[in-house]
Amino acid sequence: MTDIAHRLAEIRGGLPPRRHNARTVAALTGNPGCTRRAVLDGAGVDKPKLAERIGFPARFGQSRFAITRGNAFEAQVKAGGGAELLRLVAERLGVPVPATASWTDLGGDADRPERSRTALTAAGEGAALFDHPLLGLDVAGRRVHLEPDLVAARLAGRFHVVEIKSFPVIDGQADPAKVSAAAIQSAVYVLALRELLAAGGRDPELVSHEVVLVCPRDFTNRPVASLLDVRRQLLVLRRQLDRMDRLDDLLATVPAGFTADVTADPATLTAALGTVPARYAPECLASCELAYFCRWEAHGQTAALGRSVREALGGVAEIGEVLALATGERTPEPGQDEAAALLRAAARLRADALAASSG
Amino acid sequence: MSTLRALAKAQALAAGVAQPVATVRHLHLSERPLVLVPLAMAGEANAPLAALVGTAPDRPRLLVVPQPRNRDQRYRFAAELAEEVLPYLDSFRDATEAVPVDRGRDVRHRYLDAPQLLVPNPAGITFLRLFGRSTRFRRSDGEYPVHPSVPLLGRWLTFFAERAEQPGSAALVALTEALTLHWATGQSAVEDLHLPALLGWIDPPPGSTGAAAAARAEDPTGCPPAGPATDPDFDNRHLAPAIAAYAAAADDPEARAGAYAELAALLRDQLAPTWELMWRGVGLLRALPPGARVAGRWDGDRDAFTGYAEHVDPGGGPQPRRDGAVAAAVRLHRLERAAASYAVQRAYDDPLVMAEHRLTGEAFVGEVTLADPTRVDDSGKRPVLRPRIQVVTTEPVLVPVGASLHSPARPGQKAKVVFVTPGADGKTEVVLELSGGMGRGLTAPQGSVPEVGERLCLTTLSDAFLPAGAFPAAEETPWTHGGPPVTAVPAADGDPAEEWS
Repeated sequence: MTDIAHRLAEIRGGLPPRRHNARTVAALTGNPGCTRRAVLDGAGVDKPKLAERIGFPARFGQSRFAITRGNAFEAQVKAGGGAELLRLVAERLGVPVPATASWTDLGGDADRPERSRTALTAAGEGAALFDHPLLGLDVAGRRVHLEPDLVAARLAGRFHVVEIKSFPVIDGQADPAKVSAAAIQSAVYVLALRELLAAGGRDPELVSHEVVLVCPRDFTNRPVASLLDVRRQLLVLRRQLDRMDRLDDLLATVPAGFTADVTADPATLTAALGTVPARYAPECLASCELAYFCRWEAHGQTAALGRSVREALGGVAEIGEVLALATGERTPEPGQDEAAALLRAAARLRADALAASSG
Repeated sequence: MSTLRALAKAQALAAGVAQPVATVRHLHLSERPLVLVPLAMAGEANAPLAALVGTAPDRPRLLVVPQPRNRDQRYRFAAELAEEVLPYLDSFRDATEAVPVDRGRDVRHRYLDAPQLLVPNPAGITFLRLFGRSTRFRRSDGEYPVHPSVPLLGRWLTFFAERAEQPGSAALVALTEALTLHWATGQSAVEDLHLPALLGWIDPPPGSTGAAAAARAEDPTGCPPAGPATDPDFDNRHLAPAIAAYAAAADDPEARAGAYAELAALLRDQLAPTWELMWRGVGLLRALPPGARVAGRWDGDRDAFTGYAEHVDPGGGPQPRRDGAVAAAVRLHRLERAAASYAVQRAYDDPLVMAEHRLTGEAFVGEVTLADPTRVDDSGKRPVLRPRIQVVTTEPVLVPVGASLHSPARPGQKAKVVFVTPGADGKTEVVLELSGGMGRGLTAPQGSVPEVGERLCLTTLSDAFLPAGAFPAAEETPWTHGGPPVTAVPAADGDPAEEWS
């Protein structure tokens, strides 16, 4: 066990690390400036449990209706040996629909990594679909197994990751938030698939940076395929994974004895978390299980009201300071003159207008 | 976000209660709005689950879809919703007024009042837009027939959703947006989308603070979400068993009625708190005095309502799925003009909004120290009345000499900057030459020229009429925009390619 691994195990309090999946790996790319999140995710701490333990449970429930619908749509798209899927993907890519294609289900067995590697790096050129491949990615020095319920399609000699999602594409448009979440998740698979090919001595560029998103069309159950360019997501992802590989730099700033052991006393945990800086923004509420704690902690900070609020207030960090500068009770520090003048002018104009309307 | 608004947020956090960011109401509120609180089923493509709808706080009608995946039931819901919405729309179609057009050479008629739909949040507007999309192409004949009112409802809902895109329109309003237009809370914009939390900040219960009320509003067990998305926990624990019980009671009418009643009660409990909040929010907004230009913008909504009613009456077709190039350009142009004019009108109506422009140097307030109301410029072919005034202000003046300024007090008048003289005492003297708004003669009528001692707000913002841009006809779409449409789409009537399982 390396020093780092040892330190991370200590942070977890000896519990096994939480397993990552494509969703959690994708979530790492949000708020990359947050040290607390990088350390906790790097250590594989069970953040939902941790949040619950310290009294700030996360609210990331999933409706069973959504799960049922997702599974049903996926099963429907893959039915019949993937013939319909192959046609959709080929038509979207603009290549002739192959008369036949092999369908390899890589799910289920114990030797999945081995079978996935053999199947995907084999020299075949013909059209092929690979269902449930098992891919791997190194996150913070640990091997993460990704078990996508997606298909990798090999058409015209290139691989395309196919992501099946059950949100609708209505008149060619889908919910942008859902599309961007799908894009970053697919990028995780593209990255893992490229690494797999490279490890097998093949050209990683065989995996296209365009992924095929298959969604229900309009209000029907009929699938429609769209292309997503995930080059930007790949860059973001790689940068964040590199950063997590350099966890030792980050850990150097973390005080010795820092613990996120979910069995520890809540007061101890709260105190320990306070020693590792977070960078809370309202967007965290949608993506990080610890967000409610960080929000509570960031109470009174301008950034907790949104980054644009902080910018509009001249970058001053504390609400108290903003108000004191605005009333002139506090003399601005060097470099704050401009912000202070702006705040004073704003406060005067606001008071003027309010007084005029009430008087 | 403007600094003034951000400061109001900081003050709200410190005070524990939301702070005003407007001194007048910037939207029209109907005396009889139709409030609509929809719920959708998770995972499905805009499948309605339930709705509370009505025009009176004490008489909401509950609509329920016991099996939202069943498309027949979906369209039955649409027909039931149409029973509420269409008569409501028709109730505004009695009295009309004559409006002169073409400089009084012609006259057209418009309805004296128009309908107003209120939903809790922007997601509610999206729900109505998509529900309009899913119903407006349906037909009452052929395969998968629906009730004739369904496509008509779809057209009207699409009309309202498109109006909602237009800045300043009040035909379809998301209450969270209407409230944040007038109050700044001590929470972020993301959190302001949650109607219960937002109202918690604006109007906390006695003895509580906004922050505490908002925190309580975040617990979905005590305070259900304002929709259309439901709480996943509610789905899993209560809704799924209730829907399953209804499905299981398939052949037994008695059991079925019982299961339906249980499901309806469950959904009513989820919707009722939001229904109450909607009317509370409306009450708060009604307490504000309307801005001077609000009625003018409502005229635009009345025009649009009249126009669309005239389109629908003779059996006009549904709105197309996508705009063509020309139609898209026209729409964008219209929205941009509306946005610009809306921003100016709000500033003219409300000194607190104008303060945002004063902070950025687009406006200043000063006192008139000299006035020459009789000055006549006779350097041209014929003499014209061009009074000059001098305004002294303590605010920074960023406008250059030669710029045209306007004053909300006399919107028809232009004030050209002639001299800007910064004084040593931090004050700035600005000399302005006035034109317009003073009649046709060489003597200015009383009150048309600011007098010495008057406090005057001058701004670069102008509410003057902007002529509409010229666009080619659809069949003359330039090649840069794809050329003329290949087949003149037959008004996108019906959608035969859409399959309904």
